[in-house]
Amino acid sequence: MPLWLFGFLAALSIVSALGVILQANPVHSLLALVMTLLAVAVLFIGLGAVTLGFIQAIVYAGAIMILFLFVIWLLNLQAEAGIAGGRLARRFFGAIAAAALMGELFAILSRAPSGGNLEAPAGYGSIHNLAMLLFSDYLVAFEVTSLLLLAAVVGSIALARRPAGARDGAVAPPRAAGSR
Amino acid sequence: MLIELLIAAIKVIAVLVTVLSLAVVLLWFERKGSALIHDRIGANRAAITGLGARMGIPNLGFINTALADPIKMFTKEDIVPEGADHFLHTLAPFLALFPVLITFAVIPFGDTLKVGGMSINLQAADLNVGLLYILATIGIGVYGIALGGWASNNRWALLGAIRASAQMISYELPLGLAIIAVVMTYGTLDLQVIVRGQGGVWFGWLPRWGVMLQPVAFILLMTAGMAESKRVPFDLPESESELIAGYFTEYSGGKQAAFMLTDFAEVILVAALVTTLFFGGWQVPYLYPDGFHLPGGAFLALPNAAVAIFGVIAFMIKLVAFCWLQTLIRFTLPRFRYDQLMRLGWKGLVPLGLLNVLATAFVVVAFGGPH
Repeated sequence: MPLWLFGFLAALSIVSALGVILQANPVHSLLALVMTLLAVAVLFIGLGAVTLGFIQAIVYAGAIMILFLFVIWLLNLQAEAGIAGGRLARRFFGAIAAAALMGELFAILSRAPSGGNLEAPAGYGSIHNLAMLLFSDYLVAFEVTSLLLLAAVVGSIALARRPAGARDGAVAPPRAAGSR
Repeated sequence: MLIELLIAAIKVIAVLVTVLSLAVVLLWFERKGSALIHDRIGANRAAITGLGARMGIPNLGFINTALADPIKMFTKEDIVPEGADHFLHTLAPFLALFPVLITFAVIPFGDTLKVGGMSINLQAADLNVGLLYILATIGIGVYGIALGGWASNNRWALLGAIRASAQMISYELPLGLAIIAVVMTYGTLDLQVIVRGQGGVWFGWLPRWGVMLQPVAFILLMTAGMAESKRVPFDLPESESELIAGYFTEYSGGKQAAFMLTDFAEVILVAALVTTLFFGGWQVPYLYPDGFHLPGGAFLALPNAAVAIFGVIAFMIKLVAFCWLQTLIRFTLPRFRYDQLMRLGWKGLVPLGLLNVLATAFVVVAFGGPH
């Protein structure tokens, strides 16, 4: 990836990430977050992690953010509403959390190997290599994760479903103990 | 280097111009074709300056409507409702249109064309993960619709937007499952390689088109694709008898035209995907790189340029045929109810798609994969 393109995408992702936290309107913040995710996805693709980049665009930008949008709509979030605590307390804890995160990032990045050959090896991040790893070395972890997701889906449906016979808005009659 | 850039630019412009002009043809078909199906006369008042009839020029039909409709739409007043989010209201139609238009970049519309020692791949962007790219752009396409409805500050528009986003993310699943089965069959995500894999014949006469191997995936992709394009029978997001016009209730003029154009571009995209994945893309039956090999044993040699041009023409004919099929369905079927829509998607198409993937996996393992 040419340096100018990297610089452009990096700047775009930083500016849109700032847009996420600096805007009052939650829907505008969400749109900025989508832009951040897409800019990072293109960065991934440019750096050789092609599959990862596209999956980020499909799963995060294309699906999860739509669910965020649904949550914003259904909870009817207004601009800057519903945040507990005073302004001062919020800023104080926010500053502490930000400082901790910065410290961690600095500690990790200072240990990263610098310079040298940063070129990705041929075939790195291709869908073939990724699939080979997922279905050989990491097969158990992969399957366990998919079971976990399945359990989450079944659980959420079980929580959300209406008892049999109940109508819209009607309160379900209490079940007699042991009726199931 | 310069000549390569020039060729790339020409390919991009050619693809965009083709899609946009096909959209205008579809707009005309929406007027006159629907009239044909409904046994009406249809739009017949568009005559250039009204002089045509007096001077004995017959009504130019297609050209008149194709010119009049866009001019009418783009000269209408652009209204932003009170209390609407100005920025998003303006951005949304183009946020909807842009992902659909860029998707056409990976659709191969012809074989390799050799000109003066150079071979030009007739595909705007030669991407080896083309199908992932298509899934990504389709996923991004939801935002324009969703935000357009939300930014209008209108309850009908918001209801339409909620319906549209729920419908589009629900039907992305069967779409993806259909694509997975195709990927397993051909062992690649590269659309040009998939089309090449559909060349040749079985038993000496049957073209090796993907629909013969993946008929279920074809039906899944066609149905899910039509649901993604939100047209009858899947037009619940705009169902005018319930929601005025759904997510574009508060749009007028050029912005509304952009939403309409998105619809037509999606129809063309579904036709292009079906053609590419299941009907051999640019493959002409019995046409090989050196000429026609007819089943009887007859052979007709052709130069490379003629073969390439035949391929492009074949792709266009198939594309228009599937656009026509979708328009026919649009004017033949009534609208689904919302619970029927969701039941069809989640209880019908998704299990069918999963079964199809499973069956494909068995066949690939039992009879040897694509490699």
